[in-house]
Amino acid sequence: MNILVCISKTPDTTSRISFRAGDTEYNPDGITFIMNPYDEWYALVRAIELVEQNGGNVTAINVGPAANDIIIRKALAIGANDAVRIDIDPADAYVTAANIAGHARSKNYDLIMLGKETIDYNGSETGAMIAEMLDLPFVSYASALQVSGNMSTVTRDIEGGVEVCQVEGPFVLSAAKGMAEQRIPNMKGIMMAKTKPLAVEVASVQNPRVKANKYVLPPAKSGVKLISPDNMDELVRLLHEEAKVI
Amino acid sequence: MSVLVYVESPKGHIKKTGNEVVSYGSRLAASLGTQCVALLIGKADDAASCGLYGASKVIHANPSSEAEFDSQSFTALISEVAQKEGADHIILSNTANGKALTGRLAIRLNAGDVTGANALPETSSGFIVSKSVFSGKAVVKYSIETPVKVISVMGNTLQPQASGSPAPVETVDMPLKATKLKVIERKTSEGIVPLPEAELVVSAGRGMKGPENWGIVEELATVLGATTSCSRPVADSGWRPHHEHVGQTGVAIRPNLYIAIGISGAIQHLAGVNNSKVMVAINKDPEAPFFKAADYGVVGDLFEVVPRLTEAIRRLKHS
Ligand SMILES: Cc1cc2nc3c(=O)[nH]c(=O)nc-3n(C[C@H](O)[C@H](O)[C@H](O)COP(=O)(O)OP(=O)(O)OC[C@H]3O[C@@H](n4cnc5c(N)ncnc54)[C@H](O)[C@@H]3O)c2cc1C
Repeated sequence: MNILVCISKTPDTTSRISFRAGDTEYNPDGITFIMNPYDEWYALVRAIELVEQNGGNVTAINVGPAANDIIIRKALAIGANDAVRIDIDPADAYVTAANIAGHARSKNYDLIMLGKETIDYNGSETGAMIAEMLDLPFVSYASALQVSGNMSTVTRDIEGGVEVCQVEGPFVLSAAKGMAEQRIPNMKGIMMAKTKPLAVEVASVQNPRVKANKYVLPPAKSGVKLISPDNMDELVRLLHEEAKVI
Repeated sequence: MSVLVYVESPKGHIKKTGNEVVSYGSRLAASLGTQCVALLIGKADDAASCGLYGASKVIHANPSSEAEFDSQSFTALISEVAQKEGADHIILSNTANGKALTGRLAIRLNAGDVTGANALPETSSGFIVSKSVFSGKAVVKYSIETPVKVISVMGNTLQPQASGSPAPVETVDMPLKATKLKVIERKTSEGIVPLPEAELVVSAGRGMKGPENWGIVEELATVLGATTSCSRPVADSGWRPHHEHVGQTGVAIRPNLYIAIGISGAIQHLAGVNNSKVMVAINKDPEAPFFKAADYGVVGDLFEVVPRLTEAIRRLKHS
């Protein structure tokens, strides 16, 4: 099986968020960047497991500048066989998806995998876009994947439960919790990653369709109002009369 | 120019999220001086009711078919209807299916898109859609630069209000294109409001000590008419079903009221719940980080506080 895994770079969850250029840009200064956890823990690890079982190749792909090589090397250290970086800092999901689809179009991957969303913009749209560009089925929020020959069985999270589907032939999958367990790269993996191939390709699509115009911090909370544990009638009164939520 | 709203009808019923997107679409249409058309695919019991929420017309495709969801065939159908209707604004729910459709439709229709919009677009100059990003730590305002726009709307963004009258329903036969994907099974819990659209949520964490203690949480939820959720370690230990797990790695919710019981308030937990309108924390540790995020707090032993809260709500309901 030849599997393409899309990996994205995101700020670590615990990062402090700030903006610059009149709040029109995210400020990356002093931020620790990581591989998007859903791409790493779920999509990448499951792809590696499938190739371990069935043979084949895992290619990691990132659309981004050279600074992203560090997370690409991490994907290689975890177990991807080779990697591609498309050399543009993408301004929206469309630019990311179009460049990944552009790469994949001539390659006949059996499966294209990515995380259910990124933890920064939570867009959940790149996989759907790639699938449409390549005219492939798309299964989102997948929590389990079994492959048998040309047929894949996928469990997908939906509101209040799960849906199980079968897909014949290649498709795009976005992975959620349950798909696999995080793998920490070992020393051997880290050493090997240094010599695994990382191809840099020129971006075929550059122009975004949406632009971040302004960032706003949410209004600060006014502080917690403490209610005595012996006076739940008061809490209920506040929820009913002040907050008006019950 | 018009607004087309795709309304989901799981198990043949239009739910609150469906009414909400119709309200959103019709308010957008009003601000653009155009009409809002609702689209249903497959069985739906009350198609005309979309008119109550502002749709001027309903297109009901394949009304007697089960129409199993497949993002590929649904995208083809919705795009065809959008083109026929000359719709340039496509609105969907930000559900599992809605999100899978949004990106696809954007490509199919050469559109820019935003998933998870948290307010009506600003249309006075340009077209600006806001959404919550960085796990609720900021809001970004996106400008969609293309003539055609696709937006999925986060649950509980606005209150659907039934003020119009039933709309005329046009049924059309548009067989879904055959694809390589088949849904073979669906398992959903019956009778409760799914988390993403729940207005009231009662959530509990590791402070509960074990699954055998959940009776008091369920009783509180029942008295309130709330949906239950849990923290990640609770789902990971198998104390509660996986689909109840909220937070960064679980479901992101936006209820009017979120009651957190025995949950410490880790940043990854808050990431999925801090868009709630009002949050109540019940925790015996006065230093628990949840008290920094909550609107109301009770420092105390949950095994005593929760049953008292349930009784107090009973009293309110009876008064
Ligand atoms: C990358 C990443 C992603 C994560 N994603 C998520 C996520 O999506 N959702 C999530 O929830 N977590 C997530 N976590 C885990 C998160 O960091 C916390 O570990 C978790 O939320 C803690 O769960 P908890 O509050 O139930 O348990 P604890 O942190 O153990 O808190 C239990 C609380 O109960 C209180 N308590 C105990 N006994 C009582 C009593 N008798 N009465 C009242 N209070 C009592 C304690 O004071 C304590 O505050 C993630 C972590 C990482 C690293």
